[in-house]
Amino acid sequence: MRLPPLDSPQWKSPVRAFAWGMSAVTSTVLTLVLFATYLGIGALAHDTHFSLLWALLSTLLVWAGPAQIILISTLGSGATAVQAAIAVTLSAIRLFPMVVSVLPMLRMPQTRRRHLVLAAHFIAVTLWVECYRLLPLVPRERRIAFVHGLGCGLVIVCLIATTLGYELAAKLPTLFAAGILMLTPLAFLLSTARNCTAIADILALTLGLALYPLVAMFHTGVDILISGVAAGTIAYGAHWWRGRA
Amino acid sequence: MSGFVGDWHALLLLVVAGFLPNEVWRMVGLWFVSGIDEGSEVLVWVRAVATAILAGVIAQILVQPPGALASVPDLLRYGAVVAGFAVFLATKRSIFAGVACGEIVMVAGKWWLG
Repeated sequence: MRLPPLDSPQWKSPVRAFAWGMSAVTSTVLTLVLFATYLGIGALAHDTHFSLLWALLSTLLVWAGPAQIILISTLGSGATAVQAAIAVTLSAIRLFPMVVSVLPMLRMPQTRRRHLVLAAHFIAVTLWVECYRLLPLVPRERRIAFVHGLGCGLVIVCLIATTLGYELAAKLPTLFAAGILMLTPLAFLLSTARNCTAIADILALTLGLALYPLVAMFHTGVDILISGVAAGTIAYGAHWWRGRA
Repeated sequence: MSGFVGDWHALLLLVVAGFLPNEVWRMVGLWFVSGIDEGSEVLVWVRAVATAILAGVIAQILVQPPGALASVPDLLRYGAVVAGFAVFLATKRSIFAGVACGEIVMVAGKWWLG
């Protein structure tokens, strides 16, 4: 997909910017990964005896793969609402730094907070990665419309995948299911690696991978948070130290 | 829980235990972001932490695999990721080539091992 140059008059229309955002879902392999992931989530919801509406609403409202998998598996195994909510919220902490790093790219001086609510809701790994790749190609005043289009496009793809997965659940062989689950780490790793250009990001990715298995040995329940904050802070320290030297 | 809608109790649980505890962090981010400048140093740290947390999620899936992925031997999972990453580097950072290679190594390896 080719976007018009930043100064093209074609960007004058917000509706067009929305449409380009929506068609940008076809420009990334991450869409395919999301599709497969949500096939898996649909199948999981079916096997755990939730209704199709429930599965579709979870995709629309939660809009975060790991949180949905955690919600379905904890509720399905008989956990209380409080236990499930705690598990979900721990997994969702990672959305906070993503929102904080993406939204400044969308903002103009006159932008009000309510204009960013829907964009904030759409933010998850895929949108976070794609914003770094695509937003520099979009004029600032059309970025919110573009992100709304991109977000809607991705949600539609995932609603279709949720439905298909739900209907196909009983027919998925184990090898295929393992292949779907393997897509997430592969795609997350490579798409993040492609976006890593600054020393802080490269170190954060490498240290984050290395520290997690060490922290996980302590079974704190918030292992990902501890290893993430530690690795990210060390990486930032290296960036700061280099800037000073 | 049958039919398209299912029961209302489950839908209420979805909102209370799924939607709200997940969405709160996006809204906290939205509330927090107004004081931050795009070029600020805080954002470098925030992005590094977001990247490292994501790295943790990747490591968790590989080290403690969920569901059907647990049926794949450890070394095969790690090998598939290393192969995928090598192809990614060799193809001038093509995500598609890397993911495809990793998947082929894992599926073919599992097929061969039985």
